[in-house]
Amino acid sequence: MTLKTDAVGKEWPATTYQVGREKIKEYANALGLDNPVHFDLEAARAAGFRDVPAPPMFAVVYSGPALGPVLFDPEVGMNFAAMVHGGQVFEWGEPVCSGDEIVTTPKCLSIEEKDGKGFYVFETVSVNQDGAEVVRGTWTNIVRGV
Amino acid sequence: MADLNVGDAVPELKVTPDKYLPHRYAGASGDFNPIHIDDEFAKAVGLPRNILHGLYSMGLVARANAAIAGGDPRALKRLSVQFRGMGMPEQEIVVSGTVIEADEGRVAIDTVAQQGDTAIIKNAEAEVQL
Repeated sequence: MTLKTDAVGKEWPATTYQVGREKIKEYANALGLDNPVHFDLEAARAAGFRDVPAPPMFAVVYSGPALGPVLFDPEVGMNFAAMVHGGQVFEWGEPVCSGDEIVTTPKCLSIEEKDGKGFYVFETVSVNQDGAEVVRGTWTNIVRGV
Repeated sequence: MADLNVGDAVPELKVTPDKYLPHRYAGASGDFNPIHIDDEFAKAVGLPRNILHGLYSMGLVARANAAIAGGDPRALKRLSVQFRGMGMPEQEIVVSGTVIEADEGRVAIDTVAQQGDTAIIKNAEAEVQL
């Protein structure tokens, strides 16, 4: 069966995420982080941050939602029942702090077949309110039996 | 830890996620896929039980690598992982890594997250600014 590749190169509308201190705290707690900069404004400022900084992997919180409509796009046509998250890359730029407004734009980089599996690779680029890139994510989903 | 050299091991991180960790991570991340939080659903789709979020395990890999820079959130510049075996709640995860490049305060670390005999994340590569 030939894999549907119509969506390669397609971009979807950006999503916006407002970063807040309590959400950063909740995420840092779930990962068991103990650096006080994630929990305390004074500690954050003493360490040179303008506000409470997000842990690097908080990227999933503000950039992940941009992929929601992508995964359900019929043009992508992914079989969810057979899908697994195969790989992930994040490249970080400017730190993200509470009060930031992060805009994330998703794009389909490639759809390829290897060994009877479909490899769907998406990219998200997230920028802050000053236009500085904060993270670039590469998300690989693998679908068995295509 | 400014004097890391190629071949050095970074300190191991050992974490045993409790039974309710997937629920807390679901809330924190917004990923409520039932395979992570509903044991019955997970079994009905052929899994041994509800499984950890892959991105939680990646979060532990990020934590272990940032730890060499005192947990500074600015230190981790890049992290690339492959998700392989499934991670389970209530079993110890051991994250270990080896320095594969060291250049002017920036190090690359090859990292693995292991649960028993299963590598739940492998071929992970982190770039950390010290």
